[in-house]
Amino acid sequence: MSVNNAQRVDLQVIADLIEPRSKVLDVGSGDGSLLELLEVQKGVDGRGVELSQRGVNECVARGLSVIQGDADRDLGFYPDKGFDYVVLSQTLQATHNPKKVLDELLRIGNRAIVSFPNFGHWRVRLSLLMKGRMPVTKDLPYSWYDTPNIHFCTIRDFVELSDELGATVESATALDATGQKIGLSMPWWFWNFFGQQAVFLLKR
Amino acid sequence: MAKSRVAKARDEANNPSSKVVRFGSDKPLQLAAGVTLSPFQVAYQTYGELNADKSNAILICHALTGDQHVANQHPVTGKPGWWEALVGPGKVIDTDRFFVICSNVIGSCLGSTGPASANEETGQAYGLGLPVITIKDMVRAQAMLVEYLGIERLFSVVGGSMGGMQVLEWAASYPERVNTAVPIATGARHTAQNIAFHEVGRQAVMADPDWRGGAYLKDGRHPGKGLAVARMAAHITYLSEPALHRKFGRNLQDRDQPTFGFDADFQIESYLRHQGITFVDRFDANSYLYLTRAMDYFDLASEHGGLLSRAFKGTKTRFCVVSFTSDWLFPTEESRMVVHALNAAGASVSFVEIETDRGHDAFLLDEPEFHAAIDGFLKAAARNAGLI
Repeated sequence: MSVNNAQRVDLQVIADLIEPRSKVLDVGSGDGSLLELLEVQKGVDGRGVELSQRGVNECVARGLSVIQGDADRDLGFYPDKGFDYVVLSQTLQATHNPKKVLDELLRIGNRAIVSFPNFGHWRVRLSLLMKGRMPVTKDLPYSWYDTPNIHFCTIRDFVELSDELGATVESATALDATGQKIGLSMPWWFWNFFGQQAVFLLKR
Repeated sequence: MAKSRVAKARDEANNPSSKVVRFGSDKPLQLAAGVTLSPFQVAYQTYGELNADKSNAILICHALTGDQHVANQHPVTGKPGWWEALVGPGKVIDTDRFFVICSNVIGSCLGSTGPASANEETGQAYGLGLPVITIKDMVRAQAMLVEYLGIERLFSVVGGSMGGMQVLEWAASYPERVNTAVPIATGARHTAQNIAFHEVGRQAVMADPDWRGGAYLKDGRHPGKGLAVARMAAHITYLSEPALHRKFGRNLQDRDQPTFGFDADFQIESYLRHQGITFVDRFDANSYLYLTRAMDYFDLASEHGGLLSRAFKGTKTRFCVVSFTSDWLFPTEESRMVVHALNAAGASVSFVEIETDRGHDAFLLDEPEFHAAIDGFLKAAARNAGLI
């Protein structure tokens, strides 16, 4: 289900947010890169859900606990607070119902970690403004008609949605085009303009 | 030739050429039907060596018409073992590394007590005098065998179809004795459609005049025709239309024109007839009734108040569930139900659906992606358990 594998600088940022030996569900676990990183670095008890069969088979063959499933459809089967962390990395924008998915993440995990490409980044804004066409960038390499990404949001939009779902932002990180963290002291508008990706740690 | 095979098969029922353990009246088998079976025996094969701390044992559970000869030449048919693609030195289930046990299930006919076995009290075959056997009963007998072998905890329990049902039952009944569980092409219940197919098979057996109310062994008869029909019908459910089409299409058998009669004009007809005929030589008709019935009765959720997740509550077992896209006997949805229940129970579970057009039988065939998944899962578990 992860759709932007080109640049996954967010993985280490996510790993840094996770306590050692905790129980983690990675929704949209792709080829298992994050789960493997977490198991090696943090000794977590990790599980994954992945939509693509190829990804799942790759994960299982790598010895990871991953099941074939769909974030939009299958999260309802997980019990309340069954995990310390539920991670949704680079997948929110590809879900049919991001609000429902985020709500489920907050229900299943004590904490939710969400990373997504920021549609408010200046390159995206500039591209739309200047060319009048849906932006195609390094991070968002698809044309509008064949993209798996159907629900883009900006950092500001995401913060608003989290508010609406009664979630508290425990930490937030924006990464610029080079994958560097944007300083915490910067104001929201700055993040929203210069952040190419964002990583949020939420709790409800 | 056929006669001698039948005779050989009948001999295997009481005096198997594999290993066998006999449980006397001090160790009766408690059956779900409410009665006990005693004495009884379990025929089994082992491959590889049990390590010093007895932590490397894998129990393989066979399907409906399988047996303990998973990786050696079959004593009746002379064919290779039914899972030689997967089990052997250096293979996915590596007998250089693991101690592999495969037992003939109770109710079957290759040496474990079943309807073709002699009842000690009468000296005659049990026939329909044997109580009805369930999947739970088969697993209980296996548990006694495993205990007899001195193994407290199995590294893994692996099996497909009816064998997969046993895997789920093992994980539910003896969670502390199962490190990893691999249920393949199976479900936590037998569906109405599957029960319907089985009933067709049983009716075919019972309609055979040589069946004689199940007492054919005493009368020296062999209800081969009915059993062959049952096998033919069942065999169709193990395949898929694309696989049948690819293999046979509407091709004619050894002729250019149809005969406008009821000979086996089409290749698929001769294939099914061949499947039926070769099956009746090696399998006991009453066993077919008992084992299909055992599958029909299987419903793991109902044993746990209708909630499947309750069957796996608090389990520490690591699961790897496998299904096949073209399996219409145990479609992926049945596996998904198991996976959801395991998730709800907080279990560690992997789930792989293998893309193939070979239907239910795919688990017995050479499917590289399937083998890679099992290999990865077992290797990771073996690393966790300190076996590698």
